[in-house]
Amino acid sequence: MPDDKSDRSPWNWLLLLPIAIPLMTFLYNFDEPRLLGFPLFYWLQIAFIVLGVVTTTLVYQMTKRRRQR
Amino acid sequence: MNANVTELVVFALLFLAVSVMGFVAAKWRRPENIESLHEWGLGGRNFGSWITWFLVGGDLYTAYTFVAVPALVFGAGALGFYALPYTVVVYPLVFLVLARMWSVSHVHGFVTPADFVRARFGSPTLALIIAITGLVATMPYIALQLVGIEAVLKTMGITGHLPIIIAFAILAAYTYQSGLRAPALIAFVKDTLIYIVILAAVIYIPAKLGGWGSIFDLAKAKFAASPAPGDGITLNANNQLQYVTLAFGSALALFLYPHSLTGVLASKNRGVIKRNMAALPAYSFLLGLIALLGFMAIAAGTKGVVGANGKVDNNTIIPALFDQMFPDWFAGVAYAAIGIGALVPAAIMSIAAANLFTRNIYREYLRKDATDAEEARVSKLVSLVVKVGAVLCILLLDPQFSIDLQLIGGVIILQTLPSVGLGLYTRWFHKGGLIAGWVAGMSAGIWMLYMVPNPANGKAHFGGSAFGLSNLGIDTKMTIYAGFLALAVNLIVAALGTLVFRALKVADGPDVTSREDYFADEGDPKVKDLDLAASH
Repeated sequence: MPDDKSDRSPWNWLLLLPIAIPLMTFLYNFDEPRLLGFPLFYWLQIAFIVLGVVTTTLVYQMTKRRRQR
Repeated sequence: MNANVTELVVFALLFLAVSVMGFVAAKWRRPENIESLHEWGLGGRNFGSWITWFLVGGDLYTAYTFVAVPALVFGAGALGFYALPYTVVVYPLVFLVLARMWSVSHVHGFVTPADFVRARFGSPTLALIIAITGLVATMPYIALQLVGIEAVLKTMGITGHLPIIIAFAILAAYTYQSGLRAPALIAFVKDTLIYIVILAAVIYIPAKLGGWGSIFDLAKAKFAASPAPGDGITLNANNQLQYVTLAFGSALALFLYPHSLTGVLASKNRGVIKRNMAALPAYSFLLGLIALLGFMAIAAGTKGVVGANGKVDNNTIIPALFDQMFPDWFAGVAYAAIGIGALVPAAIMSIAAANLFTRNIYREYLRKDATDAEEARVSKLVSLVVKVGAVLCILLLDPQFSIDLQLIGGVIILQTLPSVGLGLYTRWFHKGGLIAGWVAGMSAGIWMLYMVPNPANGKAHFGGSAFGLSNLGIDTKMTIYAGFLALAVNLIVAALGTLVFRALKVADGPDVTSREDYFADEGDPKVKDLDLAASH
């Protein structure tokens, strides 16, 4: 980290993905295609949880300060 | 009769076991001195990743979640699923914000959002406004937890308010005795029960109902046949904006609630918070599945319990589904999971509300020279008063619309975002501008909620949070989340007000925080232990 006294990092921009994508209804507001009987509306939004976890974990790992465990 | 007895026995046994845990919690993590108020709180032994995960999870995903969200899906379909994107969006949104809050709070000893505002903007008036807003928004939220317990009791055939009063008396007693330790310990049990029940529900019930595909098809057919315009298993052109703004607005509001902050500030360091922001979505997965119980209830033809007023109580849909689908003993376990799920957040909320009153109203305005012991006593008493207030809310208001109560609370708490949320990032706003913005946002929000009718029960006002844009003279059937629009009004007025107050050279308050305070972490000499459940 160039500046140990700040949260600033380009990695933080990644956090915008799981904030913006779940709010775009045109991506998922459909019944078909279904997955295991689930309409797209439901299975895709549940899949966004994975997107949220992966990005948040990635940003945490890439930006944590060295002296932290 | 017999079925209810089995359910009731299992429910009562689990509920009692947890209550005993609540009292024993006083001894957990071995405080040196039980009498000291310092130990009523965390006593400096702050929580690591795991305990924080259970505590914050138990705090955010409440009995309301388990009862009201599937009830909304049962009634309206896709719109009720907003709870899922809401809890996906919230963690990346607050990932950096909460770390800043943790740092500045641990450097300056802040315990409530109003403490922060007081120091940041140097305005006792603004801090008082923030504290009162927090109190007013938290009260119905605690009441909502009671609705969860009440729904379960009703389904078991127990009517009247006495059982609720007893349950809350127990809760009040062990919170008084054990402070924040009680909900932290009980959260383990609550989550274990919830996970077991929900995993069983999503495997066992669809198997009995012919699979997920047929569940969704039956729900689709029901909504197609219903005359209501807004329902369906997907959204329509008029409620997409409502869905998005409700999810986003709720995400913005979540960590403005004083009780969410209590759980976050109890964590040991910034890393614990950030790791939890990545791990808490595990609960969102559960929440998504819980929401779908609403569709299962449609497919199973579940009927809610008819309340004292002769109307079906929608909040009893999910308990009734469990009653219909599960063997009696397991239904009892499911009910206990919901009941216990109500206790964890209610305890944390009442502690947070007590802190707000004691630190930001009592010490600031009523007794400036109060001793630590005095403040401590007030704090514990207020936590009792708050619970009594919550019980009164339930006795006096119509609990049928518990989710709307929470939505109204959300509209109110959102109005603290410019001072608390943006305040963490910028000191640009003038204290006068923030106060003006709060007044404008609050008025706009209350007016919009007043304009929302509820056709389901014939109420003309305060029927929900979906504000019709046609009220603004726009020719459309589209609705928007009232809180979101109110926040926009608040921000605009706060910004304009700031410019006006600057131009008039009105004195602004001093800021006692400095830039490095927002990045300090565990091990930094400036970082202090917080006493979250006490008052000094």
